[in-house]
Amino acid sequence: MRRRLLAVLFLGASAVALLFLVLPVVAIFARVPPSRLLHQLSTPVVTDALVVSFKTTAIAQALILLFGTPLAYLVASRRFRGRALVVTLVELPLVLPPAVAGLGLLAAFGRMGLLGSTFGGLGLHISFTQTAVTLAVAFVASPLYIRTAIAAFEAVDPDLVAASRTLGAGSTRTFFRVVLPLAGNGLAAGEALAFARGLGEFGATIMFAGSLQGVTRTLPLAIYAEFSVNFDVALALGALLVAISAALLLTLRLILSWRPSPRTSPSLFAPST
Amino acid sequence: MATLSADFALPLRSFDLRLALDVERTVALVGPSGAGKSSALRAIAGLLRPAEGRIALDGEAWVDVARGVCLEADERRVGLVFQDYALFPHLSVRANVAYGGRERVDELLERFRISHLAKARPRELSGGERQRVALARALARDPGVLLLDEPLAALDAHTKAGVRVELQELLAGFELPALIVTHDYEDAVALAGTVGVLVDGELRQLGSPEELVAEPRDPFVASFTGANLLRGRAVGHENGLTTVRLESGELLYSTDGADGEVGVVVYPWDVSVGRAYVDDSALNLVSGEVGSLVQVGNRVRVRVGPLTAEVTGASAERLELARGGTVFASFKATGTRLVPL
Repeated sequence: MRRRLLAVLFLGASAVALLFLVLPVVAIFARVPPSRLLHQLSTPVVTDALVVSFKTTAIAQALILLFGTPLAYLVASRRFRGRALVVTLVELPLVLPPAVAGLGLLAAFGRMGLLGSTFGGLGLHISFTQTAVTLAVAFVASPLYIRTAIAAFEAVDPDLVAASRTLGAGSTRTFFRVVLPLAGNGLAAGEALAFARGLGEFGATIMFAGSLQGVTRTLPLAIYAEFSVNFDVALALGALLVAISAALLLTLRLILSWRPSPRTSPSLFAPST
Repeated sequence: MATLSADFALPLRSFDLRLALDVERTVALVGPSGAGKSSALRAIAGLLRPAEGRIALDGEAWVDVARGVCLEADERRVGLVFQDYALFPHLSVRANVAYGGRERVDELLERFRISHLAKARPRELSGGERQRVALARALARDPGVLLLDEPLAALDAHTKAGVRVELQELLAGFELPALIVTHDYEDAVALAGTVGVLVDGELRQLGSPEELVAEPRDPFVASFTGANLLRGRAVGHENGLTTVRLESGELLYSTDGADGEVGVVVYPWDVSVGRAYVDDSALNLVSGEVGSLVQVGNRVRVRVGPLTAEVTGASAERLELARGGTVFASFKATGTRLVPL
């Protein structure tokens, strides 16, 4: 009897939780017919935001890969004093409230900021430009990539690295021919996570870069700007982001289930299916 | 023939590994797990850095701590076969071999009978096949020395016997110094002409298998080598029994199959000692003088001719065993192992 009751309670709670998570997403598509959603997507507000979002996110991702990968590899492959501190510093932006992140970026790169005055002397003004959007996206999204990349590099069997060295490969060749291919899936997964996070960036961007249409107004900022003006356009933007996010999630799951190098130990990211 | 000379000290977690030996042909380092065997190979390969000493191949110094020389792993001409083979899982068999060197890939694939697997990934291979790939890859590097880390440990018992013979043939036809690490004394004897017993980072004894069994330098070497080893030649097969003629001329029987030069391995605890001759075809009989009597716990180790037997203290008293008396040592054909030499 008590077991039945527990089962019913669990099922009920699960149903409520699931419904709560699904309802807002469904509501976006339910309110406006799909044909009108599609029509709204061609308005300049939407196309401008799309261009700004993808341009800044693409540059930010390139920067994250370029600077984050070596950092992740060093942290994963070396044991040094202060390593735990470095990991904590890398992860800090992940838990930082977005408003604080925006404030920090302003204090560092803003007109009156720590480095801002130096840049200003060189004629570089970062805040409220597309560069500011890129920096904000990179700041909030990079920890997701770096964290996953550290785990991916750590999962590469050290004996394979050692084998490569004894076979006459230097550390550079070993990195590109053994470490990178074997960590590849993990890196791609981290990149997909960072991309999703960057695309949805809102708080830090609006504080550090403002919301100028065609310059710094990204998709999330455009939703915020439009929902009091034209709710249908906001809904269309929302539907677009839902579609992109769903595609990213699907990609992520595909990357993680497709593993060319099965290990004997279960992967940290093994799909639940 | 080249010579690998190693004389170095390497601090490990709970002790210092100290190794001094010259490897000309095949040398096996044998010892319990955690004795520092793998670390020794890794130091020679350049994956661990000795604190002092020298490692050189034919006078070319790889490590000379006093002179500040320590070549990187990729600068030493060494072929290291890892215990789990460490094949690159994302590369085909051919690409794995070619990783060591591109010149002789086809020849090596052919030689190790893995040409038909060239396109396969390591995960599709059996244990024996993986080992052949690992060996081919190590040789593709054109090494000056071959290092094998527990080459038989990752294999099941059935595969192991066959692979051991293959390895023997390979090493026999080799023009390179080879250092093998194993925890199995039988494997060491089968593969190497010189065996070193390594315990807690210390080389307790280095010698031929016969020397180690006949004159173990300390109790550990004695207990580790344990078995009697008699040299002989398989001269016949009948009714599931192999007849072996010992160098002394005596005939022994074993249920193991073998051909050519063999080592007869008998564990002392499988040997009984008696005063009377027993006529039993299932029993091997060796007569001889009692050479030595050593009390080990509640048992007595008796040396009878070329054999060491272990009997209970009670039966030693009952038999009135004493040095110089003639006795018969007997052991079953089923308890007699044959290892190819």
